[in-house]
Amino acid sequence: MGIDRREFIRISGLAALLGLGGKGAFELLRPGQVEAALKPEAGALSGKRWAMVVNMQKMDEATAQKCINACNRVHNVPDFKNPNDPKNKLDPEIANRYEVKWIWTEHYHNAFVEDQTNLPDKVKQMAFLLLCNHCDNPPCVRVCPTKATFRRDDGIVNMDMHRCIGCRFCMAGCPFGARSFNWRDPRPYIKDTYPGYPTREIGVVEKCTFCAERLAQGLAPACAEASGGTLIFGDLNDEKSQVRRMLQKYFSIRRKVHLGTNPQVYYIV
Amino acid sequence: MLEKALVGTKRYYTLLAVLAGIFALGFLFYLQQLKVGLGITGMGRDVSWGFYIAQFTYLVGVAASAVMVVLPYYLHNYKAFGRVTILGEFLAVAAVTMCVTFVLVDMGRPDRVMNVFKYPTPNSVMFWDIIVLNGYLLLNILIGWNVLECERHSVPPPKWVKFLSYVSIPWAVSIHTVTAFLYAGLPGRGYWLTAIMAPRFLSSAFAAGPSLLILLCLLVRKYTKFDPGREQIQSIAKIVTYATLINVFFFFCEVFTVFYSQIPDHMLHFKYLFAGLDGKARLVPFMWFSIVGMTVTAILLTNPKLRQNENTLAALCGMVILTTWIDKGLGLMTGGFVPNPMEKVTEYAPTIPEGIITLGVWALGFLVLTLLYKVAVSIKEEIRS
Repeated sequence: MGIDRREFIRISGLAALLGLGGKGAFELLRPGQVEAALKPEAGALSGKRWAMVVNMQKMDEATAQKCINACNRVHNVPDFKNPNDPKNKLDPEIANRYEVKWIWTEHYHNAFVEDQTNLPDKVKQMAFLLLCNHCDNPPCVRVCPTKATFRRDDGIVNMDMHRCIGCRFCMAGCPFGARSFNWRDPRPYIKDTYPGYPTREIGVVEKCTFCAERLAQGLAPACAEASGGTLIFGDLNDEKSQVRRMLQKYFSIRRKVHLGTNPQVYYIV
Repeated sequence: MLEKALVGTKRYYTLLAVLAGIFALGFLFYLQQLKVGLGITGMGRDVSWGFYIAQFTYLVGVAASAVMVVLPYYLHNYKAFGRVTILGEFLAVAAVTMCVTFVLVDMGRPDRVMNVFKYPTPNSVMFWDIIVLNGYLLLNILIGWNVLECERHSVPPPKWVKFLSYVSIPWAVSIHTVTAFLYAGLPGRGYWLTAIMAPRFLSSAFAAGPSLLILLCLLVRKYTKFDPGREQIQSIAKIVTYATLINVFFFFCEVFTVFYSQIPDHMLHFKYLFAGLDGKARLVPFMWFSIVGMTVTAILLTNPKLRQNENTLAALCGMVILTTWIDKGLGLMTGGFVPNPMEKVTEYAPTIPEGIITLGVWALGFLVLTLLYKVAVSIKEEIRS
């Protein structure tokens, strides 16, 4: 058998290339189901088009804060302004840069930059709860180079943080500022680590997932649960759902509709 | 041929050592970044791409500009450029090397880089950018190396090399077009959401890249026995002139659309860059220097006397490089992210570690460039003697 060293290296090199690129080529030619997508289990909440309605007529600052706290707790969202150990204290400007936000408040003029002048003054003075809009046509999903961000059939725009390469293309793509990056290790800034949800490592992007993990257990999203009926979560596809009835009855607005991403978070004003 | 890169004068070794030193320093800081996270940079939730991606964008332009010497030579049979195509191609190799490194350095999880190939996603522009950049790198290595080797042995290059040279011409345009598409297709970023972005990228690339090439040609002539040629430099200078003029023109096309339409999402970014917003105006002096300097330089370049004098030409090329770098390396990223989607202003400035890592990548690129130019110039000297 005459296989010299040069030939051996050539063959093994080619084999390695095929091994690396082969699966990729296969997926490209015959795309299948995204591996990270889950099939609902028995007892899980299922819907065809999940949406959130924020009833600003009932909203006040205390309620908004309750929603934020509930979300932060069950998702281990760090608070960079309050480290557990004083030696990890950050300069306030840096803490702002690192901030991870799943659900937070912004003044009306910042939440709705296109200014709808016909709204009552009262509304214009309110702080609005913002979260991922779970767009029907999400730019973040379009730009992600690894499908780490993907849209589920029920409308939830979800993330696989184990696949994310941290390129932050999605952060540039999101017109709502709803995405956060782990600029440093978040763990020293989590007060009480909640065992039901993983903490994150440095270098990955994260955002609101409409509590996909809770829906799978038959629970409503944490913010909706804590809001005492101010945040209503439901299936827009279902005619009898509360979200559908609320939107039919009251006037609602959404953020940056003109961009065509079709946000699924509605604000009744 | 690689052996030519191993022997040289003392000055050559010193240059290599200095570049390697800067690279090593950058690498040390990069290890720190790997450990602590990208938080050691000045980036944050509002300005989530910074210096690294800006350098990447600028250098894609430098890489693409090799086509400005390759195209006249292969498509118009402009023989004079035969002497400098190799310098253009090797500059492209060094520039793409830096581009790829900057993207890697910017990644939050570089250990997962293979995910891009494991889960290929054609709807992501980044997927295409990776393909065109790596393809372009490969093309230039193959073409440059083979043409040089044939020249050394005084044989015509094989047919397939010529074929690849033709392929490399549209390919060069594609790398900067696709890079512009990374930004120009994002719905919420008014500064980037413009169809003229790819043309502007190309015009600034064909201004800056050939300017750098002229400076490199002058250096090569000064420090080696190989003269890239006066005619060649003058021809490249004309390319720089037209490209700079077109680049200024494109800029004002953009300014017209933005300010005549009065659409706030688009105006606010320009206001931040050129006047400041909410009392924050860190980039204002840079941006004015960039656009005024670029316009004046473009006008001066049209004067043949200033072009023909190689001292003034070198100074004007330096200005083109500097002003386009400010436009693309400073203004483009920060301008796109400020104000943020909530129209709040968070300014960005690179940190010292970020700056050192950036310098380290540039040093790596110039190290590659020095080695490749050493090979090319040694072969050219060998042929002459």
